[in-house]
Amino acid sequence: MARWGMAIDLDRCTGCGNCMAACHQENNLTAVGPEETDQSRAFHWIRLLREVSGSEAHAAVRYKPALCVQCDDPPCVKVCPVHATYLSEEGIVGQIYSRCIGCRYCMAACPYNAKVFNWYEPEWPGELKRKANPDVSFRSHGVVEKCTFCHHRVNHAREQARAEDRELRDGEVVPACAESCPARAIVLGNLDDPESTVSTLARSPRAFRPHEDLGTRPKVFYLEEQE
Amino acid sequence: MSSERAKVRPSTSHDLSEQDIDALLRSVEQPGSAFRVVTTLLILIILGCWVLFSRQILRGLGVTGLNQPVGWGFYIVNFVFFIGISHAGTLISAILRLSNAEWRRPITRMAEVITVVVLAIGAFHPVLDLGRPDRMLNIFTAGRLQSPLLWDVSSISAYFMASTVYLYMPMIPDIALLRDRGARPRWLYSFLAWNWQNTPRQREVLERAVNIMMILVIPIAVSVHTVISYIFAMTLQPGWHSTIFGPYFVVGAIFSGIAALMVLMIVLRRVFHLERYLKEIHFSHLSKLLLVMSLLWFYFTFSEYLTAFFGNEPAEMRVFFYKFTGPYATLFWGMVVCNFLIPVVLLSFRRTRTIPGIMVASIAIVIGMWLERLNIVVPSLANPRLAYPSGFYVPSLVEWAMFVGGLATFALGFVLFARLFPLISVWELREGQEIAVAETAERVESYLPDPVPKGETA
Ligand code: SF4
Ligand code: SF4
Repeated sequence: MARWGMAIDLDRCTGCGNCMAACHQENNLTAVGPEETDQSRAFHWIRLLREVSGSEAHAAVRYKPALCVQCDDPPCVKVCPVHATYLSEEGIVGQIYSRCIGCRYCMAACPYNAKVFNWYEPEWPGELKRKANPDVSFRSHGVVEKCTFCHHRVNHAREQARAEDRELRDGEVVPACAESCPARAIVLGNLDDPESTVSTLARSPRAFRPHEDLGTRPKVFYLEEQE
Repeated sequence: MSSERAKVRPSTSHDLSEQDIDALLRSVEQPGSAFRVVTTLLILIILGCWVLFSRQILRGLGVTGLNQPVGWGFYIVNFVFFIGISHAGTLISAILRLSNAEWRRPITRMAEVITVVVLAIGAFHPVLDLGRPDRMLNIFTAGRLQSPLLWDVSSISAYFMASTVYLYMPMIPDIALLRDRGARPRWLYSFLAWNWQNTPRQREVLERAVNIMMILVIPIAVSVHTVISYIFAMTLQPGWHSTIFGPYFVVGAIFSGIAALMVLMIVLRRVFHLERYLKEIHFSHLSKLLLVMSLLWFYFTFSEYLTAFFGNEPAEMRVFFYKFTGPYATLFWGMVVCNFLIPVVLLSFRRTRTIPGIMVASIAIVIGMWLERLNIVVPSLANPRLAYPSGFYVPSLVEWAMFVGGLATFALGFVLFARLFPLISVWELREGQEIAVAETAERVESYLPDPVPKGETA
């Protein structure tokens, strides 16, 4: 069984935002509109965090794609009162939308602010609803949702492999963000397989995990040339 | 001692006079038109608030001012606040009973009513806060005992049940009194009086039951606020992840609870002309307790922030400065003024420890403790660790409405209680007058050094 992890090369990322758009489309995220966004309710499973470093005169700006890091010891799962968020056997943190009572405790507990809440009934303006992805469910108002490493794609690939009676191949599962990334900065793979691309990248001296000090054991690795 | 106390004593001239009893039962027997006006007014206010709230039911939580990252706001603040106030009652009354504080007699009932009414209001607040209140029962069908929210549900329900019983039991003799005097609705009193005939046996059973409950409610009450603090402290969030939170919340709860009790006592004393029963001495005793709690509150707050400051952890410091100098500074310093400066100054000097002074101090504390809850909930959420701009939160009309609605429900609860039952325990006063002097003398005697036997020199 795979243990899914992701590597994101920050030196490749140009901050173009394709991953955000692709994720939105792929996972049927609601379009909240400018008013809600102004109210600090922007709705993304993956966001580009803007990090400014250096002095004021020589400021360097970099964008960092941020998504649920699929903690191996997820603080969000620990606090949910109804088992609506859980760590799957393959290491992906999932949401059971039909069970979530919308207490937002998991959001308060997540140190990565990876979860989003449906403040209103989700909307898909114009054509969008007809073009929705049939593999992903629609959510209702009042529930929390989050990145699932495109779990439906994982399932699909696994079934394909089983039908062909073979093991899953490395690189076979490509989540929407990775697929759309023109710089090929994002890779998904099996962390338990030492040969997989993601494992190799995770071992690189350039790799680090966000807020490793918190003991959440993230499965998303960032790569960056360090001084 | 208890069986001795339970003996029926012959009535003496110390008995409560008929006038006293009439005065204590006046709110029940002659409610007057003011009662109807106030009740109607309160019900209208509450209905109005629910009309405003219906927008949230119809459209979802979006009508509040909550956002990402500030996912918790007024509802949770008021939840913690109201549950804190509820600690006034049962806990204080139990401590006073347990310590045989004679002066408790006219106070305990009011205190216990606060608990039951406010606890119900507070416990309802998390439901207002749910995105899907229709699925609330999932907590029971799919509950995870590992979640601090479940600990809360359990300990609040236990506290609610224990306090209701603890309020009801000492009321039985008074209800029987009302029944015997023919108060209406008659069926209610004869049902609730539980065939109380004031026999020695019944007195003994009642006394023993009250004693058991009074011991039982103390740990439950402490657990309630500890567990509420755990909702925050069990996360990794800066400003919340603190071991001091349990006792800090309990102290804050008792602090705000006593203050609320004082406000209420002063108001009810005025409205129902209870000056003969709630005397200056009661206020002066309670206000010293309040002063101690204020100092204790300061001590906890100081320790909490000093450790954060010396640790100098970046995420922690962001929250720290957000509170001290950022957009929350006014609220933070307002809290310090209300919870520490005003009460300590007013309650320390005999000149200002008068009823108006106590009233001002108590109101300040109630406001200050509400600000404290706000200062705990919002700034931590507003300052996430990631490179995320810090958030801000402004409550919407709906949230204000539910706050006002909560206060109005509290008032309504009290008005209805006063309409149905005596606010001061008649039989306990009577008992006090019959036996307390002798018993206290005996007790004081027992503290004193034993007399030197005859013939020896000391
Ligand atoms: S990043 Fe947040 S949402 Fe994702 S698993 Fe960790 S705690 Fe949960
Ligand atoms: S919002 Fe939903 S998933 Fe999150 S803790 Fe509450 S019930 Fe669980």
